[in-house]
Amino acid sequence: MTSKYTTVSIPIALHERLERLVQKKGSFKSVSDYATYVLREVVVMHESDQVPEAFTSEDVEAIRSRLKALGYL
Amino acid sequence: MPSTPHGGKLVQVNQKDLAESSGRNLSLTVSAESAVTIQNIAQGILSPIEGFMGRNDYQRVLDEMRLENDIPWTIPILLHAPEGLTAGNGDEVDLVNDSGSTVGVLAFEESYKIDRKEFAKKVFKTEDESHPGVANAYSQSPWVVGGKILWASKPQETEFTPVTLTPKETRFLFKEKAWKNVVAFQTRNAPHIGHEYVQKTALAFADGIFINPVLGKKKPGDFTDEAIVVAYKTLMKGYYPAGTAVMSILNYEMQYAGPREAILHAIMRKNFGCSHIAIGRDHAGVGKFYEPYEAQEIFEEFPDLGISPLFFREFFYCTKCLGIANEKICPHAESDRLTFSGTKLRTMFQSGEAPPKEFMRPEVADAIMGLPQPFVE
Repeated sequence: MTSKYTTVSIPIALHERLERLVQKKGSFKSVSDYATYVLREVVVMHESDQVPEAFTSEDVEAIRSRLKALGYL
Repeated sequence: MPSTPHGGKLVQVNQKDLAESSGRNLSLTVSAESAVTIQNIAQGILSPIEGFMGRNDYQRVLDEMRLENDIPWTIPILLHAPEGLTAGNGDEVDLVNDSGSTVGVLAFEESYKIDRKEFAKKVFKTEDESHPGVANAYSQSPWVVGGKILWASKPQETEFTPVTLTPKETRFLFKEKAWKNVVAFQTRNAPHIGHEYVQKTALAFADGIFINPVLGKKKPGDFTDEAIVVAYKTLMKGYYPAGTAVMSILNYEMQYAGPREAILHAIMRKNFGCSHIAIGRDHAGVGKFYEPYEAQEIFEEFPDLGISPLFFREFFYCTKCLGIANEKICPHAESDRLTFSGTKLRTMFQSGEAPPKEFMRPEVADAIMGLPQPFVE
């Protein structure tokens, strides 16, 4: 099974700019390929901003004491 | 803040003491290799993976190096099983080791047959059985079982337990140390000077280095796990500024899948909280199956990996530069260069000869030579 695709609307002028870029660079197969690459790059940055570290107070005590006992802290 | 876990969440599976099989559930005997994978899933080392892959994830990983939900992933996580193992969706399956103890419980989702040749060709880029990963794949049942791990046994105490940290612990540690840029260094060898230079070059810009030796199945002539750990402890004590390096071991079975495995190595270190990973020449390669820098080039395909690779050329000692160099900074001829050959080091040790200080720190060499058995027989 391969991934499924959908269509995203972008301004025609932007599509044309991207098309020129893709042809010039040669490292992407198509505008879709390029747009997928860039969107993945951007989306991971925003997703990373949203994730808090999940340490409960019990975790903190247990982890701190083990790390101390082993000489890491 | 440590790097975000892969897929956004650190997986944590409940861990209990080793127990006899319940006898109530369907039972599946798993290999020692799969038992290690179960531990790694439970501790979040393989986040966001919560169990063994079903068919859709498997095929997408093979074809596109991504999970079904688009998260980068390069090597399928499979649980091999005998043909005909079936259960209802969600039924619990006891995963037992050779001694009959339950090492985990899986919620059955599906069983399916894989094409081992396709697996070998896509993961290892070869069907040649002289590749250890291919030989291993061909020796396994083509039937696999997919499903989430509901609970796993607690890790057994070993001599390496005091140098084994979970991702939760390293993430806490890096936070306590206020390390933001942490470079992971993957290794399966005792450190020679070339390794040390890679680590220190990385350390020059980072807050800390995370030395993460892989312990597990080895072949005759390899350094023993004990030799690797003792050598690193000695090196860190004598040659690293206090508080700049952390060492913790990783139980993991190397697959020698070169570029695809380099990405998996990066994902695991991201889960430990690292922001960067050092990738050298022929990372995770074996023999001549991969181009020297193929494991570096593959990173271009993953803009959303969430951990940055640091690429290194091979270091050597140059008799004209009178120091450690690499081909980017040394203009001298091959004949002026002493390369750090693992085979050469091993031959020296085995004949009772200490390697020259240009190859290995004398204290590290002494520590290795002081062990009754520094090499696997």
